[in-house]
Amino acid sequence: MHPVRRQRLLLVLFVVLFSSAAIGLMVYALSGNINLFYPPAEVAAGKAPVGQQIRVGGMVVEGSVQRSDNSLEVRFEVTDYQASVPIVYTGILPDLFDEGQGAVAAGVLNDSGVLQASEVLAKHDENYMPPEVAEALEASQRLQEQQDG
Amino acid sequence: MIPEFGHFALIIALCLGVLLSVIPMWGAWRNNEKAMALAPGLAMGVLVFVAISFAVLTVAFLQDDFSVKVVASNSNSLLPSMYKFSAVWGNHEGSLLLWVLILAGWTAAVALFSSQLPLTMLARVLSVMGFIGVGFMSFSLFTSNPFERLLPGTPADGNDLNPLLQDPGLIIHPPLLYMGYVGFSVAFAFAIAALLGGRLDAGWARWSRPWTNVAWAFLTFGIMLGSWWAYYELGWGGWWFWDPVENASFMPWLAGVALLHSLAVTEKRGLFKSWTVLLAIFTFSLSLLGTFLVRSGVLTSVHAFAADPERGLYILVFLAIVVGGSLTLYALRAPTVSSRVTFGWVSRESLLLVNNVVFSVATLTVLFGTLFPLFMDALGQGKYSVGPPYFNAVFLPLMALLVPFMGVGPLSRWKSDTGSRWLRDLALPAVAVVVCSLTLPLLGADGFNLWVALALLLAGWLAVGLLRDLRDKTRNAPSLARGLARLAPSYWGMVMAHLGFAMTIIGVVATSQYSVERDLKMVPGQVETVAGYTFRFDDLAAVRGPNYVADEARLSVTQDGEHVVNLAPQKRRYLASGSIMTEAAIDPGLWRDLYVAMGEPVGEQGAWAIRLHYKPMVRWMWLGAIFMGLGGLVTVADKRYRRRRAAVAAPGGIDGSPA
Repeated sequence: MHPVRRQRLLLVLFVVLFSSAAIGLMVYALSGNINLFYPPAEVAAGKAPVGQQIRVGGMVVEGSVQRSDNSLEVRFEVTDYQASVPIVYTGILPDLFDEGQGAVAAGVLNDSGVLQASEVLAKHDENYMPPEVAEALEASQRLQEQQDG
Repeated sequence: MIPEFGHFALIIALCLGVLLSVIPMWGAWRNNEKAMALAPGLAMGVLVFVAISFAVLTVAFLQDDFSVKVVASNSNSLLPSMYKFSAVWGNHEGSLLLWVLILAGWTAAVALFSSQLPLTMLARVLSVMGFIGVGFMSFSLFTSNPFERLLPGTPADGNDLNPLLQDPGLIIHPPLLYMGYVGFSVAFAFAIAALLGGRLDAGWARWSRPWTNVAWAFLTFGIMLGSWWAYYELGWGGWWFWDPVENASFMPWLAGVALLHSLAVTEKRGLFKSWTVLLAIFTFSLSLLGTFLVRSGVLTSVHAFAADPERGLYILVFLAIVVGGSLTLYALRAPTVSSRVTFGWVSRESLLLVNNVVFSVATLTVLFGTLFPLFMDALGQGKYSVGPPYFNAVFLPLMALLVPFMGVGPLSRWKSDTGSRWLRDLALPAVAVVVCSLTLPLLGADGFNLWVALALLLAGWLAVGLLRDLRDKTRNAPSLARGLARLAPSYWGMVMAHLGFAMTIIGVVATSQYSVERDLKMVPGQVETVAGYTFRFDDLAAVRGPNYVADEARLSVTQDGEHVVNLAPQKRRYLASGSIMTEAAIDPGLWRDLYVAMGEPVGEQGAWAIRLHYKPMVRWMWLGAIFMGLGGLVTVADKRYRRRRAAVAAPGGIDGSPA
């Protein structure tokens, strides 16, 4: 074989092997590290998996935020006005977290339907609503209208 | 009346841009010298009118002209004037105008500093850049006019700038980042011009190399500032989140690294030509993709100012035209410019090939992780998010794989080298590095740490490779100092950038492994100890700033009974918007940062949630990035980029000057 062609062949083989290894690594990493968003209504209906990383978001229910007296544990509920999900989080909440505002929590749902959050995200500024939350609220509003009408 | 003047200037700039993208290109096609010679003048014209337009918007911000919509929504009369200035680009419309201004600046710079370029090439390059400019100027004018007025109905005061953006780091972060982003358009334009002319030779690589290096250097500084800002401003001590918007700027950076190295091979050896062109297209496309991701509102973050589907669609169409058009051109032209030079498997070419493969794959994995949620959402498969664990699991092994080759790189030879020579030169240093990396982590307080050992091994390997090569290069000099002084700037640039990479490895690993982070509930008078430092919460005070009021916690830090520093983190409430902001207090140091931030008041007796962080060697990461960026800038000082036209016209391929 012509040396240039042989070199090119080896090159292609090298690139193919290397990229397959990288793709394998990617798929492996992805399988363990993605998490899906569930609106509160689906969580309440039991559609969300227990013991797996998920995200739940909605509006923080007015008057639901309770802080512990001796630790940084916070309990609150988020709602899409169909159902609400209780959330427990230990740590410092983001600046823009507030009752009646949108928030998304990432964590694991336990058997009693409480989300043990490892992270809580609030909006970035006062005009912004997390898109998942906006969509969940819209869906629940449509459902409401269908039921009313 | 003045804002309309700015609007008018932008329209004139757009018209000049259209001329720039048509006339010289036509001239290059018909070989019409007069038409081609218009290109530099038109490029300067575009710059002048965009600059006027930008200046007008700046004046509107500085004079609190709230009849202009963007001023009213993003500024306030109480805002310090430094931030009124940076508020110009703290919004969608203004930041787009900055994009256009910087692009016009790069175009004019190419026109000014390319007297040695053949006229046809210069005309094509400027035309391609003019075309990109037209795309963005019309985007600005038709979908996001910064000069839109609120007449009648001018508000008495503005809505204020997002408090997160009221920060000195944020004044220069966007311009630097854009300098990098947009700078890759020069490499792109050179690649397209070379494809059009069918002349992909060493001369082409030599012209586009300094531009690529500078653009990459600015992008490095921009990303570094963004990371630093996130660290002290977001109030929880993180410095990299694999947030889609960060990835948007990181992807062109990674592709840029591959491009820099591939250009070196093309310039020195006339190899990888088609691949280099493809990389140049790919890198700039990623810059455009980044702009699309950030500006279209498909992603949400502090950077996404507006979610207007029309804007997203416009950039998407423009992206499709640029990427589709350039790839079509590539498919038509690239096969005619392939090379027939060979190289041995043990050679510098092979090592640079490894660099290219690793960085290309790294770019693709980041791209995949960033776009995966968007695709799944578009397909109706649910709202996924891909978090840092994915990126760490994929990205870190790739980088670790790179370093063994990177250490050998500087002392390897072009064309053909031998493994035994590498072994002879590096065996002893390798043993020394292994011993150091196995023993040094034992000095840490918590015993041996495998990750730190690995980081030391990799960083040390890079350092000894460079030292060994420096010794070889200075061996025949009369004295070490004179030998070092004789080395070319481009060589020094490489040394700095590689050392910077080593520093970043150490900083990243040390701070992620040895950081101590504690979130606590503290009442005034309480004392807590973190990593040997004793933090005493002295008292709580109410303070007032120019446009905010704040609660300030005052802490004094001692170590072994000796006073170290007083820290005063704040929780601010901005008056105009009512937004709450955390202002962390940091005691910085080369070996460790102490980081204190306030959470929220908890319970009775004035208790607050307080973050106390001890972050060893976190500065090394940013110092390393500064070194990498400086390295990129230093290479431009190289003599060979200042040769006149005659020298450049020499038949390209192999070149005797030092790498």
